[in-house]
Amino acid sequence: MCRKVYVDVLIKQDKQGRITPLAITWENGEVYEIDKVTAACKAASLKAGGAGIRFTCRIRNKETFLFLENDKWFVEGK
Amino acid sequence: MERSILHVDCNKFYACVECLHRPEIRHLPVVVGGDEDLRHGIVLTKNEIAAKYAIKTGEAIWQAKQKCPGLVVVKPNFPLYLRFSKLARDIYNDYTDQVEPFGLDECWLDVTGSGIFGSGMGIAQEIRQRVKFELGITVSIGVSYNKIFAKLGSDYKKPDAITQFTKQNFKSLVWPLPASDLLYVGRSTANKFRNCGINTIGDIARCTPEYLRLLLGKLGDMFYVFANGLDSEPVLRAGNTAVIKSIGNSSTASRDLANENDVKIMMYVLAESVGRRMREQGFRCKTVCITVRDNTLLWFTRQGKLPAYSANTKEITEKAMELFRKNYDWLRPIRSLGVTCTDFEHDQIPVQLDLFGNAEKREKAERLDTTVDRLKSRFGNYSVQRGLMLTDRGLSGFNPYNDNTIHPVGYFKPQ
Repeated sequence: MCRKVYVDVLIKQDKQGRITPLAITWENGEVYEIDKVTAACKAASLKAGGAGIRFTCRIRNKETFLFLENDKWFVEGK
Repeated sequence: MERSILHVDCNKFYACVECLHRPEIRHLPVVVGGDEDLRHGIVLTKNEIAAKYAIKTGEAIWQAKQKCPGLVVVKPNFPLYLRFSKLARDIYNDYTDQVEPFGLDECWLDVTGSGIFGSGMGIAQEIRQRVKFELGITVSIGVSYNKIFAKLGSDYKKPDAITQFTKQNFKSLVWPLPASDLLYVGRSTANKFRNCGINTIGDIARCTPEYLRLLLGKLGDMFYVFANGLDSEPVLRAGNTAVIKSIGNSSTASRDLANENDVKIMMYVLAESVGRRMREQGFRCKTVCITVRDNTLLWFTRQGKLPAYSANTKEITEKAMELFRKNYDWLRPIRSLGVTCTDFEHDQIPVQLDLFGNAEKREKAERLDTTVDRLKSRFGNYSVQRGLMLTDRGLSGFNPYNDNTIHPVGYFKPQ
């Protein structure tokens, strides 16, 4: 079963209001830079329990889902 | 042109939303229920697993626990349900502007003119998949050419299913359903029907309107129209809010009410919320209606007219207390109370002064009410209270203004 892990996220917001996440700070303080956001759509996270906007991110060559739920960010932790 | 109407029903809505957010209880029997300490302990919804134990909506939580010892009881989180309800409606709004909510978890959609998105069935498929993917909950959808059959369709097969009733198949699919499945056939109407040998929707359809009228008055015609698929009620456009005809609040007390003073405390709390909501809408009312339920769950309502239109908390409460005194004999203690105001006029209409009344005093009371409203909206509901409320904080410690924000709706909208 997955944990719902709320994380600090560094984002870039452009003139049009579009949001791009740039880096995630994990619970232990470690910073993970996001190499690329490959997709963004509305989706539910059945694993962690929640729903919002899902960013599909490539971090250190691994695909990770980052969710924006209301105004908080979470990932599906192990 | 034949209409294409969908009725989308979120399955076991509260329980589904809770289970989505708590993966750890997803495989267990779960009910969402009120607070047992505040004596609001009834089952609001159950999930599919709890439903297998024959747990019913509306029964007491202790009864449900007897049926299913490992039952998980979750407290309701209404802001969360409101958010999901809005998210679901956002999806529906992508296909049509005719989205008419029926409670939090149900909506009618008229997609007759939404041809670019596909047929009614096609749109239903897409909505079903999108809600599941984007919100993580399931819906069942009825597709038909009128609202009544669309609603029957969404109940026909669930969860996560689509049913279509067409002019060709409704006689074989809808008519064998029990009469009580039809909208507005409650327990007592179903009893009346049964006494006349009317058991299915088909039986209703085969009666003449005259016979049904004889049996049920003007509702008879309505049921004839419903059962034959002749209903032509339109699906309202989004944002089309119905005219407000009444404003009311009711609550189960934290303990049974034993004397008139207890009743007065409750009445004041309720009337204050009703009055505040009325003043916000810019209304004054002429009629006050009370609902009283005793500890055997027997209940009655009584209504009376005020001498003049008013939105004053004190006048509403005094009328409510007068109605109460006239109609209650204190054979048993009271479980719950309700206050409703109807017969509105706008508060901008000039007032006919009473030759013998004290207009100055009424104006003062009005100003006091608006000041208290402002204080409450800035500093919270408990920032200003009547002295009476402090005599029993247990009884007065509830907030109908903020807590009961989900309003019941009817099928027929006032014009």
